[in-house]
Amino acid sequence: MEMQIENKTINIPHENGISYPSDRIMLDLRDLKKVYPTPKGDYVVLEHLNLQILKEEFVTIIGHSGCGKTTMLSMIAGLNPISDGNIAVLGNPIKGPGPDRGVIFQAPSLMPWMTALQNVLLGVNRVFPHASKSQQKEIAKYYLHKVGLDGAFNKKANELSQGMQQRVGIARAFAIKPKVLLLDEPFGMLDSLTRGELQDILIEIWNKEKITAVMITHDVDEAIFLADRVVMMTSGPRAKIGDVLNIDFERPRTRKAVLEHEDYYKYRKHLIDFLEH
Amino acid sequence: MKQSITATKVNDIKWAGVVKSLLSKLKVKTPKLEFKTVFKKFIIPIISILLFIGLWHMGAKALYNIEADYKIQKALTDQGQEAADAMEACILSGDISCQPNTLPSPDQVWDSFNTLIADHKKISADKLEFKEKTVAINEKRKAEGKDPITYTGRPSFVDQIFTSLETVFAGFLLALIIAVPIGIIIGLSETLRNSFNWLIQVFKPVSPVVWLLLVFMIVKTMTKDSNQDSAFIISFISVGLCSMWATLVNTAMGVSSVDKDYINVAKVLKLGPFQKVFKVILPSSLPLIFTGLRITLSVAWMVLIAIELLAQSPGLGSFVWEEFQNGANDSNSKIIVAMFIIGIIGFLLDRIMLVIQNMVSFNKNATA
Repeated sequence: MEMQIENKTINIPHENGISYPSDRIMLDLRDLKKVYPTPKGDYVVLEHLNLQILKEEFVTIIGHSGCGKTTMLSMIAGLNPISDGNIAVLGNPIKGPGPDRGVIFQAPSLMPWMTALQNVLLGVNRVFPHASKSQQKEIAKYYLHKVGLDGAFNKKANELSQGMQQRVGIARAFAIKPKVLLLDEPFGMLDSLTRGELQDILIEIWNKEKITAVMITHDVDEAIFLADRVVMMTSGPRAKIGDVLNIDFERPRTRKAVLEHEDYYKYRKHLIDFLEH
Repeated sequence: MKQSITATKVNDIKWAGVVKSLLSKLKVKTPKLEFKTVFKKFIIPIISILLFIGLWHMGAKALYNIEADYKIQKALTDQGQEAADAMEACILSGDISCQPNTLPSPDQVWDSFNTLIADHKKISADKLEFKEKTVAINEKRKAEGKDPITYTGRPSFVDQIFTSLETVFAGFLLALIIAVPIGIIIGLSETLRNSFNWLIQVFKPVSPVVWLLLVFMIVKTMTKDSNQDSAFIISFISVGLCSMWATLVNTAMGVSSVDKDYINVAKVLKLGPFQKVFKVILPSSLPLIFTGLRITLSVAWMVLIAIELLAQSPGLGSFVWEEFQNGANDSNSKIIVAMFIIGIIGFLLDRIMLVIQNMVSFNKNATA
C-alpha cells in the first residue's frame, strides 16, 4: 500500500518540500512566469512559481498589494497569457478561459441590465445547454436561494446592494459547477459586517459542494477562517511562493470555534510575521 | 333580482375601494408643491418667455421704425414733401401695400400662425370635398384599371410639416440601418476601427449641401427610367448620410469600450460570439448607441430644412424658401412661424428619443 502511493508521487520542484500524489492534484502550476514588456526592458512579475492545489482543497493566497497575486489568478483563469511554464487542471494544460474554472471577481461584475436570475442563468445556459429551460431555472434558483437571495430573483442587478450583487456573483460561480473556483478578493470592497456574512455563506456552500477553491485575500483572519492552506507570496518583482501554512481546523468550522481555538493566534502570528518581513 | 342587486352593491363597494386606493396613490404621487419649487419650475420659465417676447416686440418695433423712417425719407428725396406725407399716412393707416418689410413682431407672427391654421382647415375641407366628388369616378377608373385621380392642389402648412417628418424619419431609419450594424462591426475589431477611422473622420464634417449633390448625382442616374418622384428619395438619403455619423461613431465607441469585467465574465463563461454580442456587448453599449441616435435625429431634423430647400422636395424647408421668394407682406412672419414649429418639433423628437432611451437601457441616468 505504501509503495503504491510512492509510485504515484511525482517529482515536483516545490518550494517547501511537500510533494503530492498526482491523482490528488486538481490544479498544477509549474515554473510559472509572467513578464510584462516595458520600454525600460522586461518587468518580471512572477518567476519560478510552483504550486499544487489538491482536489477539494480551499487555498487562500496572501501577500502584499502588487505582488502579482491577481496576475497569477487571472493566468489560472486563462484571462492573462502565460509567459512561461504551465498550468494544468487535472493534468490537462489550460487553453484560455473556460467554465471549468469559475471566477468570482473583486467587483461583482454582474450585467446590470439583467436580473439576478438572468445573470446566473447566463452561465447555467452555457454549461448545461441540454437541460430544459425550467431545469436551468431550477439550478439558478437553487443557488440564489443558497446565497440568501430568495426575494430578489427578478431584481435588476443594478438595483441590488454591493453585498447582494456579490452574492449573485457567488451563486453564478457555483451554478456552473466548475472544477476550480477562483476568487479574486471577492469581499475586498465590502464593509466588515457584510464581509463576515458573505464568508459564512461562501463557506456554507463550499462545505456542500467541495469545489477546489483558490482565493486571494488581504485579510489575515479571512485567510485562516476559510482555508485548508494559506499560501504566502513574496513581494514582487519576481514573486513566488514564500511559505505555506497548513490550517488544521476541522470542518465545518464556525467563526467562534476558530477564534477560540488555541492554534488560531499561532497561525495568525505566523502570517503576520511573514507579511511584515 | 335580489342577487343582482347585491352584485351591483358589491360592485359599487369594489369600485369605491378602487377609487379610494387610486386617490390615495395620487395623493402620494403629488407631493406638496412648495412655493420654491413652483417658483423654480413654472414661474421663472414663464417670466423668461415673457421677457423674450417683450424684447422681441421692442426690437421688432425699433426695426419697424427705422424702416418706416427710411421709406418716408426716400419718398421725400425722390418725390418731394407731398409723397412723403402720403407715405406716412399710408404707413400709419396700416395699409398692406406700403408696410415696412422687416422683422415681424410677435403679434404679427401670431396672426400668421392663425392664418396658416385657417388655410390648413380650408385646404383640408377642399380635399375632403374633392375626395367625395371623385369617389365614384375613382371606383370606375379602378375597375377600368386606370390610376385614380388625386388631389393636386397646393399643400397646407400642416401637410408640409408631415411631409418633412416623413422625410426625416426615412432618413433617420436609413442612418440607423447603416450606422448601427457598421458601428458594431468596427467596434468589435480594432483593425477595422483603425482602417475605417480615416473614412469617418473625412466624411463626418462634410456639409449637407455636398452630400445632397453627391446623392443627386447618383439618384438622378439611377431613377432615369422610372417616373417616380426622385426629390423625396434624394432628400431622405441625403438626410440619412449627413446624420448617420454620430450614431456610427457612438456605436463603435460603445461597443469597443464595454466594461472589461463584462468581457471577462463572457470569456470565463465561454459565451459564443452571437451570445456575447447580443447578451453582453449590445446591452452594455445601448446608452451610447442611443446618445448617438439622439444626435443623429436632431442633426437629421436640422439639415432637413436646408436639404429640402435645395432639393426642391416638399416640406418645411421648401415652405420657408417659397415664403422668402414670395415676399408678400406676411411672408416674414410665416417664416418665423415655421422657425418656431421647426424648433418645437426638434425638441419634441429629442424628448421622444430620451423616453425611448430610458425605457430600453439599463442606465437610468440619461438626461438632456
